[in-house]
Amino acid sequence: MRLADRLHFARAAVTGAPWRSALSVLAMSIGVAAVVVLTALGDGARRYVVGQFSAIGTNLVIALPGRTGTGGFNPATAITSTPRDLSVDDAASLLRLPGVRRVAPLAVGTSEIAANGRLREVMVAGVSSSYVPMRNFELAQGQNLPDDDWNRAAPVALIGDKIREELFGPTPALGQLVRVGDRRVRIIGVLKPVGQGLGMNTDELVIVPVALAQALFNSNTLFRVLIEANSRPAIPEVRERVLQRLKERHRGEEDVTVITQDAVLATFDRLLGALTLAVGGIAAISLAVAGILVMNVMLVAVTQRTGEIGLLKALGAPARTIRRLFLSEAAMLSALGALLGYLLGQAGAFLLRQLFPVFPAYAPDWAVFAALATALLTGLLFGVLPARRAARLDPVEALMKH
Amino acid sequence: MPLIELQQIERRFQLGDTTVNALAGLNLRIDAGEYVAVMGPSGSGKSTLLNLLGLLDRPQSGTYRLENRDVTTLTVDEQAAVRSARIGFVFQSFHLVPRLSAAENIALPMTLAGIAPAERKARVAEALAAFGLSQRADHRPDQLSGGQRQRVAIARATIMRPALLLADEPTGNLDRHTGEEVVDLLEGLNVQGVTLVVVTHDPAMGARARRQLVMEDGRLKYDSLASDAGDAPR
Repeated sequence: MRLADRLHFARAAVTGAPWRSALSVLAMSIGVAAVVVLTALGDGARRYVVGQFSAIGTNLVIALPGRTGTGGFNPATAITSTPRDLSVDDAASLLRLPGVRRVAPLAVGTSEIAANGRLREVMVAGVSSSYVPMRNFELAQGQNLPDDDWNRAAPVALIGDKIREELFGPTPALGQLVRVGDRRVRIIGVLKPVGQGLGMNTDELVIVPVALAQALFNSNTLFRVLIEANSRPAIPEVRERVLQRLKERHRGEEDVTVITQDAVLATFDRLLGALTLAVGGIAAISLAVAGILVMNVMLVAVTQRTGEIGLLKALGAPARTIRRLFLSEAAMLSALGALLGYLLGQAGAFLLRQLFPVFPAYAPDWAVFAALATALLTGLLFGVLPARRAARLDPVEALMKH
Repeated sequence: MPLIELQQIERRFQLGDTTVNALAGLNLRIDAGEYVAVMGPSGSGKSTLLNLLGLLDRPQSGTYRLENRDVTTLTVDEQAAVRSARIGFVFQSFHLVPRLSAAENIALPMTLAGIAPAERKARVAEALAAFGLSQRADHRPDQLSGGQRQRVAIARATIMRPALLLADEPTGNLDRHTGEEVVDLLEGLNVQGVTLVVVTHDPAMGARARRQLVMEDGRLKYDSLASDAGDAPR
């Protein structure tokens, strides 16, 4: 029997029992759509997190006080349990390391800001002028912090857009004097509104020189030191040098942790990639269920069309032809289901993107491919048993059932 | 020239504890171009005989030679090929595929045999015209009368130009008038050279055949040819 004729015959059989066919197509399409939508969600989460991390800056190495990794037993840690703090001088010492482009010390704390008789709690970041370009912050008005000595506490500040709005409303904020903690500072710049970022919302941030922040908080420690490497390949060696330099300065004690943005990124990437895979796998179970439904539908078809199978045998159809006819029918049902499910899934992912514009819910290609392949394969696999049953029917008995 | 030669055919069925001898030591020879009616009470083995002649069933022992070829030893698929090329079936309940049009039903044996669409189309058109069904080509079986359905079935049975046409109660589901028409049609095909074997309960229809076989308990009780020739071995 020719392929075209077989497909024609199978198509007639599929449309001949519309309800039965529709149900199995629906089941298969829900399975495929589930895989597409859920992996779109998982991969969207991955892309979202990765995107947020990239927004922190490029080629960043971050030093933080305290040791988190395991480094074997060190006699020094046995005596001094509290780690040595990171100081502004520590940060400055990193500036001269080869491969380092920029360094920014970061001291963070909360304080209050007051102007125009209004007062609110804010997060204050004490940094150097290099911090703003390193973090890719952009100024809406005014200028960056002065490129001063890091130990000079110039009474100036950059404020986030929301703070500007709350304190000054429509009146100009630039050049105004405000009180931060117990200091009077002049506003020299306003940051562009950016919305929610990972961990820190710059719209509600006040940025001051690091020395000023340390004076405000009455401390000389740093929260983080941000180091920007010259290039991406230089990151590992810069990390090593930073660690080495800080160790030297802390009398050989490795009491800081130096992480690279890449490593953090890779961890999240792996984690969320695994999550996507797991979610996709769970959704794939529904494909197996759909396959069983296709098998059930085909078994019913074989029972209902026993007389017809007997006729085909009487007309000289070999077992092979009958097997292929029923397999084609099962394949057609699952192919239709897979196609419909693909469209449904993509529509679902599109809807998600419309509802949550920040969330890049695109199903990864591998997941779409795997879902379609699994759908077709399970359809065929579960079609084998009914097709074999049809091919094995005794023609005399089959013809008696009509 | 013999078309069919059956020698010592045995076919037994197991029904529960009892063994039924559907065919017991049957010997039969049918020449090419004959018109044979097989009659007998229910359970006499006439349907089994027809299934056996149509290669839908196998005997436990004995040989069946069709066109001088031993077909009892063929594999299932080889027998299917013989059915496809040499044997046509007409059933009491027509056995049309409900979702296919009359033309598609007639073309079905050619479709299964893998004959090219162009040739199929030409031969179906010929058959439709020959059986007076040209106006009904695109109708589905449920849109046809009983007589038209059986004519579609006969057209289908003969589309592969078989040597042997087997009809099992072909008029059983038809009224007297349409039944006569169908029998005329089958006899017309026989005149053109097709060997016709009809199983029937109807004595009137059986009487129209040139040779009558009456079966009882799986044996030939009466063969009109043998009695005419005075039981002489053929």
